[in-house]
Amino acid sequence: MFDLERWQEIFETLSKNKLQTFLTMVSVFSGVLILIILIGFSTGIQNGVRSEFEQDATNRISIRAGITTKEFKGLNPGRRIQLRNEDFAEINRKYEEDIEYKTGIYNIWGGQTTYGKESGNYRIEGAYPDQQFIENASMVTGRFISQDDMDESRKIVVIGNQVKKDLFKDKDPIGESVKIFGINFKVVGVYTDPGGEREETRLFLPLPTAQKVFFGGDRIRSMAYTVKMSDNFDEAVALSAALSENFETDLKSKYSVSPDDRSAFRVNNTLEEARKIYSLIDTISAVFWFIGLGTIIAGVVGVGNIMLIVVKERTKEIGVRKALGALPSSIVGMILQEAIFITAIAGFSGLFLGVIALNIASPLIDSDFIKFPRVDFATSITIVLIIIFAGALAGYFPARRAAHIKPIEALRDE
Amino acid sequence: MIKIEDLHKSYVMGSNSLHVLKGIDFNVKEGELVSIMGSSGSGKSTLLNILGMLDEADEGSYVLDGVPIKNLNEKVAAQYRNKFLGFIFQSFNLINYKNAVDNVAMPLYYQGIKRKERMDKAMHYLEKVGLAQWATHLPSELSGGQKQRVAIARALASDPKVLLADEPTGALDTKTSYEVMELIQGINDEGKTILVVTHEPDIAEMTKRIVNLKDGRIIDDTVVKQVIAKSYV
Repeated sequence: MFDLERWQEIFETLSKNKLQTFLTMVSVFSGVLILIILIGFSTGIQNGVRSEFEQDATNRISIRAGITTKEFKGLNPGRRIQLRNEDFAEINRKYEEDIEYKTGIYNIWGGQTTYGKESGNYRIEGAYPDQQFIENASMVTGRFISQDDMDESRKIVVIGNQVKKDLFKDKDPIGESVKIFGINFKVVGVYTDPGGEREETRLFLPLPTAQKVFFGGDRIRSMAYTVKMSDNFDEAVALSAALSENFETDLKSKYSVSPDDRSAFRVNNTLEEARKIYSLIDTISAVFWFIGLGTIIAGVVGVGNIMLIVVKERTKEIGVRKALGALPSSIVGMILQEAIFITAIAGFSGLFLGVIALNIASPLIDSDFIKFPRVDFATSITIVLIIIFAGALAGYFPARRAAHIKPIEALRDE
Repeated sequence: MIKIEDLHKSYVMGSNSLHVLKGIDFNVKEGELVSIMGSSGSGKSTLLNILGMLDEADEGSYVLDGVPIKNLNEKVAAQYRNKFLGFIFQSFNLINYKNAVDNVAMPLYYQGIKRKERMDKAMHYLEKVGLAQWATHLPSELSGGQKQRVAIARALASDPKVLLADEPTGALDTKTSYEVMELIQGINDEGKTILVVTHEPDIAEMTKRIVNLKDGRIIDDTVVKQVIAKSYV
């Protein structure tokens, strides 16, 4: 392998077949390049989708009430179902063991909010302290809603980072008062959400405060939970699915809704969806690998093909070498090394260029579903191994043929 | 040096079997210069191939320098060829992308000799055939006679027991042929055993013994008075 002589021979033979070598290298090169870019993008899609899910806790279950569409027990369809505090409390009691975080939500769309001269319309949500974790929000400054705020129905507000930027600019908002529909609330915290701007244009109030101030009574718009996660993802998905179903069944029987009425309650099980999307991503990345490996195989077949031609063209030379005492193993070694060399050079250039291309493209891609396409170290190593293996495979058959060349036939003059 | 007894060889072609060598008995002593003659189809090339371990006989025995040549696998055959034999071909069979000295050094490479020593030795043999100043030339830059001389230097490089020359002058004009034969005679004078296959009587006469083959049998084996090639050149 480190025999200088061998390398000289390889370069000599390759330079003899410049065009063929070049074309073969191009096919391996483009195969690897395509594989790298496909894998990069499938990683990008994974990153993108993952960050979509990171907006909220992945184990979240949300429940919303709607309008019935089916007649049931003498009740007409078209009935509006209204969730109330007691529904929330009942579920909490009944499924306490499986629930991690919980909140009832009373929200108002387009709540006009002003601070000094600045104003904007934001979504106002009355919620529980747990909302922070269910929304996957983290605090920039100050604190989130506390239990005391709830108990005393304090007129405080936690604002999103975007709201803070809109209304307060660079000023510290903590302790300041904002007016929502003309009513004063004291800002106690600023939160940020991985979901970005859209998720940060909200204001959170303690639920009882929101219900009192905005005439909500004991009505709530929706409820959100997170399921206690077990280490096993599949178990967690199963628990989440079972829980969602139980919530729905309980509420349907309580409100006399037909069991097959799908619009009266909308139970959204993020974990189940996550599982579906993740398995979709797995499929996508498998397809990408398949395509990429397919192109590499095409390239490798090209290398094998050219090596066969090389062996054919050099039949006489190989015959001479054997007559002069070349061992079959040295002939096999020569052809194998040549094939591995070609594939490795072409493959590594493809790998290198692919990684560079991804690095350049990465910041330019602005899509919610593709983020930071890249190829990680382990994958690169895998690809390198694949390249070397492919080179060896491409060289093997021609090498075997070369080793079987009979000098007597190769040297025949006619 | 070479001892052959009752050598048979057949080639099977489809349903026909072609009996090429029909019992050859043949001995060559060290230092002999033997030519094997015969028309095409007489089996002379087959005999040379068997002698060169490029082919194996069906029956009979072959002993080279006291070593029985039998049931060789490819690896052992390659090692024996490298150690015992030097080949000279009609079409030279130089490797065309290697220069003269690298071509001569080829058998030494397969002996695992280090590069520097290899080059020294190769240069020595190139000098011997009178082509030292052509060492870095590619075969395509050499004349036919020069190519054959490079090939002879290559055959000598591994210091073999026996040189096997298959129509060494077949691709050369008369003058060059005699020059090459002069070189071969010179090498023989130094004690090397040489077998030359040829169908040209004038070339055969430049050897010390002529073996005539016909239809796979030796019909004539005579020691002749050697014509010195130099007198023609």
